[in-house]
Amino acid sequence: MQNGPNTYALQWPARNAGYVVPYEVFTDRECYQQEQKSLFRGKLWNFVGLAVEVESRGDFKTTKIGETPVIVIRDKDGEINVLQNRCAHRGALVCREPRGNVPRLQCVYHQWAYDLTGKLRGVPFRSGIEGKGGMPESFELNAHNLKRLRVETLAGLVFASFAEDAVSLEEYLGEMIVNSVKRIFNRPIKIIGDQRQYIHGNWKLYAENTRDPYHASLLHLFHTTFGLYRSSQTGACLMDEHKRHCMLYAKAATSNSQTDNEVFKDVRSFDENFKLADPSVLQGKPGFDDGITLVIMSLFPNLVIQQIANTLAVRHIVTDGTDGFELVWTHFGYADDDDEMMAIRLKQANLIGPAGYVSLEDAEAVEIVQKAISQEQGGGSYIAMGGGQAEDAQHLVTESAIIGFWQNYRSLMSL
Amino acid sequence: MSFLDFSEVNLQHAVERLLAEYIHCIDDDQLEVWPSFFTESCLYQIVARENLDRGLPLGAIYCDSRGMLTDRVVSIRKANIYEAHHYRHLLSGVYVEKVKEEYVRVKSNYVVFRTRANGESEVYSTGLYKDTIVFVDKELKFTEKTVVYDTSRIDSALVTPI
Repeated sequence: MQNGPNTYALQWPARNAGYVVPYEVFTDRECYQQEQKSLFRGKLWNFVGLAVEVESRGDFKTTKIGETPVIVIRDKDGEINVLQNRCAHRGALVCREPRGNVPRLQCVYHQWAYDLTGKLRGVPFRSGIEGKGGMPESFELNAHNLKRLRVETLAGLVFASFAEDAVSLEEYLGEMIVNSVKRIFNRPIKIIGDQRQYIHGNWKLYAENTRDPYHASLLHLFHTTFGLYRSSQTGACLMDEHKRHCMLYAKAATSNSQTDNEVFKDVRSFDENFKLADPSVLQGKPGFDDGITLVIMSLFPNLVIQQIANTLAVRHIVTDGTDGFELVWTHFGYADDDDEMMAIRLKQANLIGPAGYVSLEDAEAVEIVQKAISQEQGGGSYIAMGGGQAEDAQHLVTESAIIGFWQNYRSLMSL
Repeated sequence: MSFLDFSEVNLQHAVERLLAEYIHCIDDDQLEVWPSFFTESCLYQIVARENLDRGLPLGAIYCDSRGMLTDRVVSIRKANIYEAHHYRHLLSGVYVEKVKEEYVRVKSNYVVFRTRANGESEVYSTGLYKDTIVFVDKELKFTEKTVVYDTSRIDSALVTPI
């Protein structure tokens, strides 16, 4: 778990106009191992879940930070603990179920028992049996607790850090992101369900994808066709001071058909006259009074928070080697949603997730890049839309936040 | 027509025939025909067993009209981008759970193998169909089809209906 010196090194290519990302960072095993150390177990905050997922005392869920298994569990005082899911004895998984409720944590291998804060409370045969065996005199229970991570919550989102010396969560996120999170999590939420998806590509290709408003109206034609998102809409692409995080937003009903026909005249199969047989999937209610109808917020390194029409969801990225990751979508509404609102959210859930009308293409986009670069030596992608600088944009025709992502990434990885 | 007039054997045969026609329709890529297996007002949903076990209603696909099924097909054909693939459904354990005058409830196990461009076939999804079948003008139609999938981690994306 120690943050040793970086062992992965790379000559990052420079370019006068635009920005280049060497493909190697998506395929190199050493780079990936360094990320596990410097990012997922490093001096920053990783998302682990929503507080309502562990509502009662003893409620737990298991998940991973990068590839490191952790337990998110509410203790007897009502506090949320994040514990490394690895027995202090011989390293077995202590919690083997995805969710549940337990009075204590007990490893099945030798029944070492921990309380809900991860403190070791019992070791079978500690004094031996009939004078035989047993632990040495010097053995102390409190020297063998489960590794307990730092935990901070923001508006019901739970984050954990392996680093004692990481800055506070709010400082890490920055004011703009904190406010944007609070805008969506403005009152108690209710979980509608999860969708789990495995994408065969490097997790950073998805991080780029969610910071990229340029692709959204070109790849996701359902978006464009039904005006959920068009590059011609009013919107912006904003970053925090350190370019760690990004927020894209758009306001529907701010583009007009004359402009759109001009702008999209070369876009494949964009057809303003196309009509749904059952348009109820798009019939929602204004969810916010600021007119913003689409928000994609990417929090470095492993969380996306989204509002698309009336769908609300968090997308949790769990890395799995250089060329795969799991994306866990947790859809939610508000605790005070009436039946009509819940019905709207369930129906609009067709828009997003692994079968989503406006999101199923992202898996394909990530995978076709990974396939094309798997044997790449020396090549790199080229990013310049919007000017090629990591600057905020008051429009959606930009790739600037992708450059911001890489600047922050390089700083953390010393590349 | 009343389902109560059927002998057990004839009912089993009629249900199995409908299910066979249904899976061949998808496997033969006749998706434009697929909505016609349902009643005008219907429920077609694909839900993870994980969510059902937790009492959560979310599905990956949720359609409550034949029009929504048609829209899925049009979107697959015209708008969505995905890797070309073929399905092969295997169905077994077709069990008529409940017989009423107006409808029958049937559950059956499915496996879908998916073959992609590289020619490899894999188990893409496995789970359970929970169907409610009715008569419409002497033809059997699904008025409800809930696909409960065990393969809770959807590989890449879910495009073609199950």
